[in-house]
Amino acid sequence: MTSSSNEIFAKLSELLMPFNSNGIELKPDTEISVDLDIDSVSVMDFVMEVEDHYNIDIPLNVLADTHTMSDLVKVVEGRIAQG
Amino acid sequence: MIDLFDKHQSSVERHARMLQAGADAVGLTSAKLLSPTRAIINGRETVLAGTNNYMGITFDPDCIAAGKQALDAFGTGTTGSRIANGTYGLHRELESELADFLGRQHCIVFTTGYQANLGMMAGLAGPKDTIFLDADSHSSIYDGCTLSGASLVRFRHNDAADLDKRLARHDPQAGGRLVVLEGIYSMIGDRAPLAEFIEVKHKHGFQLLVDEAHSFGVLGPNGRGLADEAGLEADVDFVVGTFSKSVGAIGGFGAGDHPMFNAIRYNSRPYMFTASPSPSSVATSLAAVRKLKAEPQRRHRLAANSRRLFDGFHSLGLETCCDTVSPVIAVKCPDEPSTIGMWNALLEAGVYVNIALPPGTPNRQCLLRCSVSAAHTQADIDRIIELFGDVVASGAKMLDAGQEKMAQRA
Repeated sequence: MTSSSNEIFAKLSELLMPFNSNGIELKPDTEISVDLDIDSVSVMDFVMEVEDHYNIDIPLNVLADTHTMSDLVKVVEGRIAQG
Repeated sequence: MIDLFDKHQSSVERHARMLQAGADAVGLTSAKLLSPTRAIINGRETVLAGTNNYMGITFDPDCIAAGKQALDAFGTGTTGSRIANGTYGLHRELESELADFLGRQHCIVFTTGYQANLGMMAGLAGPKDTIFLDADSHSSIYDGCTLSGASLVRFRHNDAADLDKRLARHDPQAGGRLVVLEGIYSMIGDRAPLAEFIEVKHKHGFQLLVDEAHSFGVLGPNGRGLADEAGLEADVDFVVGTFSKSVGAIGGFGAGDHPMFNAIRYNSRPYMFTASPSPSSVATSLAAVRKLKAEPQRRHRLAANSRRLFDGFHSLGLETCCDTVSPVIAVKCPDEPSTIGMWNALLEAGVYVNIALPPGTPNRQCLLRCSVSAAHTQADIDRIIELFGDVVASGAKMLDAGQEKMAQRA
C-alpha cells in the first residue's frame, strides 16, 4: 500500500472502532461485515462516518461491491480523487 | 457443494433463542379475529396494539358489503397484470377517487404497498439518476431504489443539513435527482421536518417523493398526510401510500401532478409484471377511502387515543423514541433478552404489540412498538398502559435494581 492508502487504512480503522465491539484485529483482507460480525445497517452507519470525515459520498451501490478493508481504502481513494 | 442455507445459520440460531423464551414473534398466528382490535392468539382473547389498523376500518359493514359485492360481480381474482387483462373499471374508479382525495392530477394503484414503493422508485429513477434517501427509510424504499439502478446516496435521518451537504457535492447535470422522505417513520413514529427539506429543495433543485404509508388518513386537515398537515403539498412532487394501514385492505398507490406521470404504467416492472389487486380488495379500498373523506371523526378519535397512550406511558416513566405524538409509539427497552421477555409477558397478559430489534431499528435500539387505532376504546388504551406499567415499567425497575446489586457486589 502507498503512504496515502496506509493513512486511509489507519483512519478507517479508527472510525471502525465503535462498531468493532469484538475487538477483531483489522488487516487489509478483513471482511468488514463478515469478520467483524456487524449487520448491514451498522456497515452503512460506519460508512457515513467515513463520508463525513473525507467529505465524499460513497453510493450504496458502490458499497455493495465493497467487502474488505482494502476494497474500502480503494473506494475512498477513488472518491477523493474525483473531488 | 456449499449448502445455500449455510448463510442463514446465525439467524436460525437467533430465532431458536427467541422460541426458547416464549412465543414466535415472527410467526405469531391469530386463530380468529373478533374485531379490528381483538383477536384470539394462543387461545387467549388479545387486545391488538400493533397492527397499523389506524382507522379500525377492517370490519366496517359498508367496506365488507362492497367487498362481497365485488366478489360476486368480478370474481375472486383478475388473473392478469394491469397492462394486460387486469385493469377493471374498479381499479380506474379507485385511482380516480384517490386522485380526488389527494388533490392530485394522477394516481396509479399497485398490488401491495411494498410494490408501490418498488414501482415508483423504479418508474421514476434510472441508472443515470441519483436517489437521496433518508437513512431510516422503510425496506421497500431501499429495495425500490436498488431495483431502479440509480446511484443511491443515504443521508442522516431527518437531517436536512446533511442532505444539503450531499447535494452540494453532487453534479446537478449528472442526471435526475430524487429525494425520498416518509410522512411518519414506521418504527418510532417521528415525522420528516418537511419545511426544512423543502428549503433545501429550493436551494438545489430535485424532485421530492413523500411516502405517506403511516400518515395517509392520519395527518392533516384532509387526512392526506404530512404534506397536508404542513401545508406544503405544492412542493411535494410525488406521494406514495398503502392500503394496508388506514385503508384496511391490501394494495398501494403513487400519485402526482406531472403531465407524464402515467408513463410509470409502462416503465415500471413492479406495476407491469404482477397480477393486479383482487376485485374485493379494490372495492373495500374504494369504500374505505370514501369513509376517510366523509368521516374525519375517525382521525380525531385516533389522535385522542394516541395522546392518551403517549401521556399514559410518560406518566409511568417509560421512555418513548419520539417526543411528538403519533399513532406509532415505541418504548425503548434495555436489551434483546429483556425485550423478548417483556414482549412475551405482555402477550400472555393479553396485549399484542410489535417487538422490534436491530438491525430493523434505528440506532440499534430494542423497542416495544405500539400502533394505536381509532377503534380502541379508552378502556383498551388504559388496559395497555396498565400492562406496560406491570410488565415494562416494573421490569425496568427490577433490571435497574439487579444492576445496582451487581455493582455493589463488584
